[in-house]
Amino acid sequence: MSAQIINAVLLGGYYAVLATGLAFMFSVMNIINLAHGSLIILSAYGLYIAGHMLGIPLALAVPLVCAVMFGLGCLLYRGVLARASAGSELLPLLATFGLAIILDNLLFQVFGADTLSLAPLVGDLSWASVELPGDIWVGQLSVYILIAAVAVIGVLEVILRRTALGHRIQAVSQDRATAALLGIDTGRTAAIATGLALAVGVIAAAALGLRSAWGPYAGAAQLLFAFEAIVIGGAGSLWRVLAGAMLLAFAQSAGAAVHPQGFLIGGHLAFLVAVFWRLQAWRDRLSALGSARTAA
Amino acid sequence: MTPSPVLRAEGLSMAFGAFKVLDRVSLDVFGGEIVGILGPNGAGKTTFMNLLTGAYRPTTGRVHVLGEDVTHLATADRCRRGIARTHQVPRPFGGMTVFENVLVAARNGRGDPSGDPVGLAWQVLEHTGLAGVANRKAGSLGLLDRKRLELSRALATGPRVVLLDEIGGGLTDAEADRLVALIRDIQRDGVTIVWIEHIMRLLTECCTRMICMAGGAVIADGLPGDVIDAPAVRTAYFGAAA
Repeated sequence: MSAQIINAVLLGGYYAVLATGLAFMFSVMNIINLAHGSLIILSAYGLYIAGHMLGIPLALAVPLVCAVMFGLGCLLYRGVLARASAGSELLPLLATFGLAIILDNLLFQVFGADTLSLAPLVGDLSWASVELPGDIWVGQLSVYILIAAVAVIGVLEVILRRTALGHRIQAVSQDRATAALLGIDTGRTAAIATGLALAVGVIAAAALGLRSAWGPYAGAAQLLFAFEAIVIGGAGSLWRVLAGAMLLAFAQSAGAAVHPQGFLIGGHLAFLVAVFWRLQAWRDRLSALGSARTAA
Repeated sequence: MTPSPVLRAEGLSMAFGAFKVLDRVSLDVFGGEIVGILGPNGAGKTTFMNLLTGAYRPTTGRVHVLGEDVTHLATADRCRRGIARTHQVPRPFGGMTVFENVLVAARNGRGDPSGDPVGLAWQVLEHTGLAGVANRKAGSLGLLDRKRLELSRALATGPRVVLLDEIGGGLTDAEADRLVALIRDIQRDGVTIVWIEHIMRLLTECCTRMICMAGGAVIADGLPGDVIDAPAVRTAYFGAAA
């Protein structure tokens, strides 16, 4: 039992890494980036090229690909998202959905359908494990991924709350017109924020590639887990993403305990419960507002 | 030689589709003035302000700041040239503290970014009386303090001219008086002020000059007393000739 709990916590760490970039972009720009999963897969191929083909050690490849994806994120904002978000709310959703399809098929064209992994790059780390008291075995890599998740969220929170850039990002996310009135270059700020979100995706790509394997169409599944973690956790601080990711992992583990095929269903159920619970809370607030108005 | 204006609007027009909101409005504002703008709802006052800050592009006309044509500059660049504005309904960044709200303006909005933005932000907060609540979340402030915060952020950008959009609305008389005293202070420090207001008393107490807008045009321009007594203003603003 305690082994399952520990493993769920560690799996939650992976989902948190997966979800952080998506949550960051949503909270900063109100854009649900449906290409989030595909961009992570693109980063994974980037790490694969750097590691396997160019022979760059992973510890160097990650910051390198981070830098590339940061630049790509800035371009993505300037080229696509800025135009899309000037239109209706639906437009960024459609634009990123289209981008996901293009990316997936492009990756298939270039890399074929082969399933790849980064595990060979790190020797035996991907299966090394340590024994905890009580005959519990914990994968080393999962622990590192959880630590990475906490570190990534911590760093992003510090950037947002403590730095000049973070204050600019907060200002732009809360009220773009007023931010511009105070001299903030809103386009540049949003481009940097998109770059940051994509750079965080590289950490997720490394986690994905080390703990398992991927193919060109693996993006959709990653997007789904990330999305579910965020909805379960709720908007606000990025730490809620971590909590949501943990809950998702717990629900999946509980599902798997009930039935061997219950893993995904458990997660989806938790997601649906969260959606309906939010909806109900929202309705209650609306009706409370309504009755307050009638009373007045 | 006549002094050159701090802010010049030259034949500004704005049309949304076939609906003309503003029709060739020209205005020169000189250093040290407090120019009050009054006019009935729909006169085009707020649109005029939005054209000055660059929130909208005018259909025709130009905007100059200190002799420089800023018509094609984005809002952020105009801010750094010296135009600041406050909103009728204050729009603080609620998730940030009062201090951070002002700091973000001091860091990004000044044309001459030399000097310490942190020190400047504190100085502004001391001046506007918000230093005591500097570390509170901006979303938790009451209305008067929210209006002070709007003003503080505008001041932190080191403006040459501040555009005030109905800053007195919703305040009690005593609160409005405190705000007026602050605005006078700001003007004495060398900042020019253009002020849209529905509360006539505040304008007549403060303004060095008043203009009245109606139907998207300036219909009177002069000393406050003269403008209020002008027959065209009486008709447009107070309804039928009083």
